[in-house]
Amino acid sequence: MTNRREIVSKVEMNRIEKLFQTKSSRVLNVYFTAGYPKLDDTVSILKALETSGADLIEIGIPFSDPVADGPTIQASNDVALSNGMTLKLLMEQLKDVRQEVSVPIVLMGYINPIVQYGIERFCADCAECGVDGLILPDLPMHEYLEVYKPVFEKNGLLNTFLITPQTSEARIREIDNNTSGFIYMVSSASTTGAKTGISEAQEAYFKRVNEMGLKNPRLIGFGISNKETFDKACENANGAIIGSAFIKVLGQEGDMESNIKTFIDQVIN
Amino acid sequence: MKIKVDERGYYGNFGGAYIPEMLYPNVEELRDNYEAITSDPDFKKQFDQLLKDYVGRPTPLYLAERLSEHYGAKIYLKREDLCHTGAHKVNNTIGQILLAQRLGKKKIIAETGAGQHGVATTTVCALMGVECIVYMGEVDMARQKPNVERMRILGAEVRPASSGSKTLKDATNEAMRHWINNPTDTHYIIGSVVGPHPYPEMVARFQSVISAEIRTQLKEKEGTELPNYVVACVGGGSNAAGAFYNYYDDEAVALVAVEAAGLGNTTGKSAATTTLGKPGILHGSKTLLMQTEDGQVVEPYSISAGLDYPGIGPVHAHLFETGRGTFYSVTDEEAMKAGIQLSRLEGIIPAIETSHAFAALKQMNLKSDDIVVINLSGRGDKDLETYIKWGKY
Ligand SMILES: Cc1ncc(COP(=O)(O)O)c(C=O)c1O
Repeated sequence: MTNRREIVSKVEMNRIEKLFQTKSSRVLNVYFTAGYPKLDDTVSILKALETSGADLIEIGIPFSDPVADGPTIQASNDVALSNGMTLKLLMEQLKDVRQEVSVPIVLMGYINPIVQYGIERFCADCAECGVDGLILPDLPMHEYLEVYKPVFEKNGLLNTFLITPQTSEARIREIDNNTSGFIYMVSSASTTGAKTGISEAQEAYFKRVNEMGLKNPRLIGFGISNKETFDKACENANGAIIGSAFIKVLGQEGDMESNIKTFIDQVIN
Repeated sequence: MKIKVDERGYYGNFGGAYIPEMLYPNVEELRDNYEAITSDPDFKKQFDQLLKDYVGRPTPLYLAERLSEHYGAKIYLKREDLCHTGAHKVNNTIGQILLAQRLGKKKIIAETGAGQHGVATTTVCALMGVECIVYMGEVDMARQKPNVERMRILGAEVRPASSGSKTLKDATNEAMRHWINNPTDTHYIIGSVVGPHPYPEMVARFQSVISAEIRTQLKEKEGTELPNYVVACVGGGSNAAGAFYNYYDDEAVALVAVEAAGLGNTTGKSAATTTLGKPGILHGSKTLLMQTEDGQVVEPYSISAGLDYPGIGPVHAHLFETGRGTFYSVTDEEAMKAGIQLSRLEGIIPAIETSHAFAALKQMNLKSDDIVVINLSGRGDKDLETYIKWGKY
């Protein structure tokens, strides 16, 4: 087991880094909640997303109290939890995922379930499954630097911090220095899924950050729901993240795989 | 032992600021400014004046003779129930509205469980002419109807929180989401010693007037500032933190915190966090938290809406862990009986939250020369329907 982990972290280059080396624009990152719509959908959603052309996939670890999320993702969290999703089960589902899926995978989750799972064990299991990066939105920077960073690094996991339109320039620099993989640019002052369309003020913020010359690639998320918003976001960043709009697709009637394909097609082509 | 918050907002192992980046600028603004603002002489003057002329402070420290006789100890009641709006909550909302004004915030949001904090927030917003939205769980709106209408009369919008258990935890989630969506013009008045740093310490300081007054008043009555016990109920823990604050370092004073055990701690229907919780992170701080093995927050239960919360303020988690605080839990039934008992012995109908503190007296093995101060955090007007439904009086 340990051997395999060492190979993952030392020999192979992290898949997120590799992605941004070969593709620096129109990178599509898609978010879904593990355990939604059905408990065992995780791997089939991953496969369908990869075949449809997603460049990066973010799997949400469901939590009972997702304060940064709007109604759509909240509801997917509730369904996933009542389906019986747990972090332990997610790790089991992802165990052999690298035999079937090769796009970079990021786990996103509120900190409490991870703390209960145990941070060392969590990171080791992530590495074991072939997870490439983590987004833990309520992890404070100082705690990341003092406690989490060494464990992430030991397991070859990259760390993404968020910035928002209200984040000060000094803090954006600090975040850029402590992020690896990519920066998650929250498009507006909002919870997930709250706003539609991209305003001039938002574009001005995208441009302002674009001109800062940050070290890390940037992906814009929140309110990206279709081709129009994806294109707009990509003008001033390396790509964008679709969350709530994709959760709605997963909730649609009909064949899930073809729904996914139709949706992703519309966004990127 | 010193009970003190450190620079990052920790009391020992508990506290901190675990917030998504969307909340960071607001919380940082508060953290960087609240000490300077609240220690400004003008602020202090206005705060003290309002507490005196508007809230009616100092509240009496009343020797409850019949209750004392019943329990065989000398029992004083700190009459926070006599505060304007009927509970201690207003001490904090006065402080925070003055702070919000100095931060240039134009709108106020709050969460509420029993509705007491909502009423206290709405009241100070009316006083200052500020727009106010209060989030309240749907379940709580039903069981605390008079307070919902009070808030509406005072001009606030009450928004139902319909997610999760539809109680205080979910109202807090909704208020945080609102703040994320309205980051620049809005101040969030949190109602207890919970939330990300600096809230727990800031709220405790606004409430610390309770123990400051107890010291002076007890000195007058007993010739000593130090009782043997200070007793308070704990939901999030603001009335307890206020009653304990100026006694943290007086080891001779036992600090007794009383939690709600609902139908009993083994029934799955309880809100006794120190008994049932383990360290975890909710609403921005690391604290003791009722949760599943997988780290999902467990929905608590108590007959009392103000104690129906799965966590406690980080300072209380620290008091528990270090042993500086003594924690009891009492069931719905015990609390209701204690509420009726206080009504009959002293002519005071307490809030059901507060009744929990009284129900702990019989667990305490009091001696005849013990001096006990109970923080009578609120009055029972809002709970008449619950008393009536319970019916055993
Ligand atoms: C009268 C009264 N006491 C106590 C509480 C519990 O809150 P805390 O633990 O913050 O004092 C409430 C909350 O609504 C209350 O109304």
